[in-house]
Amino acid sequence: MYVGRERPTGGFELFAWFFMRISGVVLILLVLGHLAIMHVINTVDEIDFEFVAARWRSPFWRTYDLVMLWLALLHGLNGLRMVIDDYVHRKGWRVVTLTALALVGFVLLTMGTQIILTFEAPASRATAGLP
Amino acid sequence: MYRGREGMWSWILHRVTGLGILLFLAIHIVDIYLLGWPDVFNKLLFLYRHPVFRVAEVFLVAAVLYHALNGLRILLVDFWVEGTRLHRQIFWVQVGIFLLIWIPTAFLMLSPVVFGR
Repeated sequence: MYVGRERPTGGFELFAWFFMRISGVVLILLVLGHLAIMHVINTVDEIDFEFVAARWRSPFWRTYDLVMLWLALLHGLNGLRMVIDDYVHRKGWRVVTLTALALVGFVLLTMGTQIILTFEAPASRATAGLP
Repeated sequence: MYRGREGMWSWILHRVTGLGILLFLAIHIVDIYLLGWPDVFNKLLFLYRHPVFRVAEVFLVAAVLYHALNGLRILLVDFWVEGTRLHRQIFWVQVGIFLLIWIPTAFLMLSPVVFGR
């Protein structure tokens, strides 16, 4: 019987197999915490630029969000890689889809990392250019 | 044992919820990137405040919750000797925990939309 993915015997695939499980457990804590704070306790009615800026004045939340971004995106991209492995068999299409996945993944990871690390919280609404 | 039973459905749902969450994560990275342009960011928030998104958001939480619980079930099957034998029972316990958490959460999330504040 086969419920989880069969454990690979070695190399990168074994590393990926462990990564999915370890990042998955960490993500349960990080993502459920994030959802509780941003989607249940606060809602999109309260969240705006100022809300995020206030949050990111704290290095704790920047670190939290950065770790969550990397683990979630790599976990998701590797999951999609397995889906491609399962359904895309022709060699040319495999090259196209896997290359596209790597490129889009790289761009998203760079965008997310850049904004979390370089965002400068303005001192006031006026300095943010807001009315 | 696999096809058409709990094992197959839990696998399909794990895949579908995983892909859905990844799609939202990609959109979410782009929207957060717009923090570099505060007025644009705030102007686009009407999209997330729309009732259609508020309902979609409840299903996003459902997807994350299912994926998390099913991930734990996969760990039990992978690392616990009894996990494989009991995987079907674990699946139904998982469905119970899911409903126990999701229904009150959905109520909390939707009550401001339905009843106002």
